[in-house]
Amino acid sequence: MELGFLLGSIFKIFAILAYLYGLLWVLARPNRWVKLIGVVVAFGVVQLALTDFGGFQVLTNFDSGLLFQACAMTMVALGLNLIYGFNGQFSLGQWGFYGIGAYTAADITYRWVNGDARGLLVVGFGTILGGLALIYIGRWLKRFRGVPVLSSFTLYLIGAILAGTVAVYIGNALNPLFEPLLGTNLNPGVLNSPLALQIVFFLAVVFAGIFAAEVSFLFGLPVLTLGSDYFGIATLGFTIVVNVLMINSDTILPFPEMKGGRGMVGIPKLTTWFWAFFFMMAVIVIMRNLIQSSTGRAIISVREDEVAAKAMGIDIAGSKLMAFVIGSFFAGIGGAVYAHFIGFLSPGTFGFLQSFNPLIIIVFGGLGSMTGTIAASFGWIFFLEGLLRVLLSQMGTEAPTWRFVLYPITLLLLMLIRPQGLLGNIEWGFLKQKTVLPRAQTVVEKPEVVASEA
Amino acid sequence: MQQLSGSSQAAIPAPTRKKRPPLAWVGQAFFSILGIVVAVILISNLIRQPTLFAQFFISGLQLGFVYAMIALGYTMVYGIVKLINFAHGDVFMVGAFVSYFAVARFRLHQWPLAAFPQISPGLGVVIGSITVILLSMVICSALAVTIERVAYKPLRDAPRIAALITAIGVSFFLEYFGALNFVFSPRFIPYERPFEVVAWYIKDGIHLIRPGEAPPDGAITFSNILVIIMLASILVQIFLQFLVRRTKIGIAMRASSYDKPAARLMGINVDSVISFTFAIGAAFAGLGGVLYAIAYSSIWTQLGILPGLKAFVAAVLGGIGSIPGAFVGALIMGQAEAMTMGYISTPMRDAVAFTILIIVLLIRPTGIFGEPEKEKV
Repeated sequence: MELGFLLGSIFKIFAILAYLYGLLWVLARPNRWVKLIGVVVAFGVVQLALTDFGGFQVLTNFDSGLLFQACAMTMVALGLNLIYGFNGQFSLGQWGFYGIGAYTAADITYRWVNGDARGLLVVGFGTILGGLALIYIGRWLKRFRGVPVLSSFTLYLIGAILAGTVAVYIGNALNPLFEPLLGTNLNPGVLNSPLALQIVFFLAVVFAGIFAAEVSFLFGLPVLTLGSDYFGIATLGFTIVVNVLMINSDTILPFPEMKGGRGMVGIPKLTTWFWAFFFMMAVIVIMRNLIQSSTGRAIISVREDEVAAKAMGIDIAGSKLMAFVIGSFFAGIGGAVYAHFIGFLSPGTFGFLQSFNPLIIIVFGGLGSMTGTIAASFGWIFFLEGLLRVLLSQMGTEAPTWRFVLYPITLLLLMLIRPQGLLGNIEWGFLKQKTVLPRAQTVVEKPEVVASEA
Repeated sequence: MQQLSGSSQAAIPAPTRKKRPPLAWVGQAFFSILGIVVAVILISNLIRQPTLFAQFFISGLQLGFVYAMIALGYTMVYGIVKLINFAHGDVFMVGAFVSYFAVARFRLHQWPLAAFPQISPGLGVVIGSITVILLSMVICSALAVTIERVAYKPLRDAPRIAALITAIGVSFFLEYFGALNFVFSPRFIPYERPFEVVAWYIKDGIHLIRPGEAPPDGAITFSNILVIIMLASILVQIFLQFLVRRTKIGIAMRASSYDKPAARLMGINVDSVISFTFAIGAAFAGLGGVLYAIAYSSIWTQLGILPGLKAFVAAVLGGIGSIPGAFVGALIMGQAEAMTMGYISTPMRDAVAFTILIIVLLIRPTGIFGEPEKEKV
């Protein structure tokens, strides 16, 4: 075992935590220019560390891989924390939406670099038309009072399927226009220039996120009406169904390029530090602003007490659905970023056992704590995936299996000793709540109401 | 108290006829069409190839009866502590492994013949196999009680989700600790059966299939394993009905599941009742594990995940907390899975199982036999 490697890794973990603290601190400064310069500097520092100066590189390829993975995981875990930590809906489906995002985005760019614009066209038009269909059906349904959830689900489903069919026809019709511009593999056309690819990548990530969000809307609308642990099981079922569909993507689903259980290879590696940082910051800022808005307080109040929230005039079902859809949107984006960094997708990555990873992260970081989630995502990837994997593999052939024995033991001990997570609900800098909310601990003693005295 | 409830009822205005919610027909029509399509496909297949259908039905029965044994543990534990015991599927896996070690390493199934050479070999095999099964059941019970004491009991007053996460942790621990080389090893292990498989075919009466002989075309085959699984599952069902309805501990179980504080006031030791529930559920999971391993003859440490989840789905389908519900739900699950494997494709079986779960939860959240949940304020 190398002591230097161990110390270096521990130093890296602390450096990352200090970096995150600094980033969140500088974002909390009131001056807009200080904020902007701070973010640019934060981006530049890592970019410099990643640059290869003639053989000298502060962060090796291994480290940069971990870094991108941690960024993707941060987005997924933040989404799950919105659903479970802030809104109190125990979901195991986050990994399914992560997989949907990864496969959707990968399919778009894979087809694009291979001279087929249909991926982008169909998914793009499909998500836009589908979104419009969902919005207009929702408006139309508002005219009625008390529509059963199954009926509204059926209408939304029909609308989404119609939109998807139209999108497929549009995509097939417009594809010949793009084909000459895309060129072939050996002779790339105008639209396959590096700049155009960056734009396509951006669109792919956004569309993948929106697609995941729309699927989560259709799925969540009926399923969120179930109780807490039934919802957990249904979402677990969703993850398993998505995984089975991935394994059969070339036989049951009509996507031969996804290659089913063998795994999708040849995805262009378009994720750079710029994009990973950009999307991660976007997710953090969106989520922070959401949580600190009145909508966010409505979402939190649903977790605290549904009956009281309802009495305050909060739309319970709407809040749950909104948190679920936004959380899945983050998961989709995270998946898209992950797919373009790793360049290879296999259904095994999105399996049932891995689907507990984001859950473990948010439980570690603290339910309802964004800082905790971000720190735990980075710490988890760097400590468990980076340090422990390398260390244990040096100790013997069987040692890597011990990693999976240690996960559940830590999880168990954490649940037994500190169920609120390592950081509890501490927030750093930018993420700190400006207005002071009444804490849950300061419950006023309820007057005893005995029915027989009335 | 009586007077109060009477007066409060008088204050409520007489119930008016409930108005039908708008657009309710859309959802009903959609799910009815879905049901009719599935029914038409199944019936058309039954008419076209009745023997094939019957063969799928028999494999579905086998699966369903195994699920029934696992589902009982889920439903009883959920009925009392309102916890989805994720580790139950792994207890099932441990049961299979215990019997594997007992048979392949220690030749425990041969002890009657070794100890009393004068008894008939048939009787010896029966007693030996029962010993193996009992051993698995006892070890699974001990394991489940340990898990309950160590992991779940400290969290009994915590939020339900904390206990659920703990259960997931326990499940992972059993899977990966079992995958270590000095425990069970991570490989698929061929399972050695404690008794021989005897198969029959049905065509103009029931005939024995002799070794090395293929059944004729158009015959429906079944084996003694199916018979044993069905018998064991039905016996377990009858035993549990007796236990829950007629014995003191059964009454205590029902009381604890209905109202724990009141049960405590009546002098019931709720903690030991909960431990007993875990023990008995795990014993049947162990039995199911042995029979599953005998039927499918290959074991590994993640064997229990999917059967466990599907048994849970079956318990929900039948109405969680209800013992006959778990049985019926498991049979339906088994059929659904076998028909999917036969008529759609093998990997889709998991997807179909969970799709059924989601649809059932949407249409009838309390399951087939479940009682509608009481309004709690």
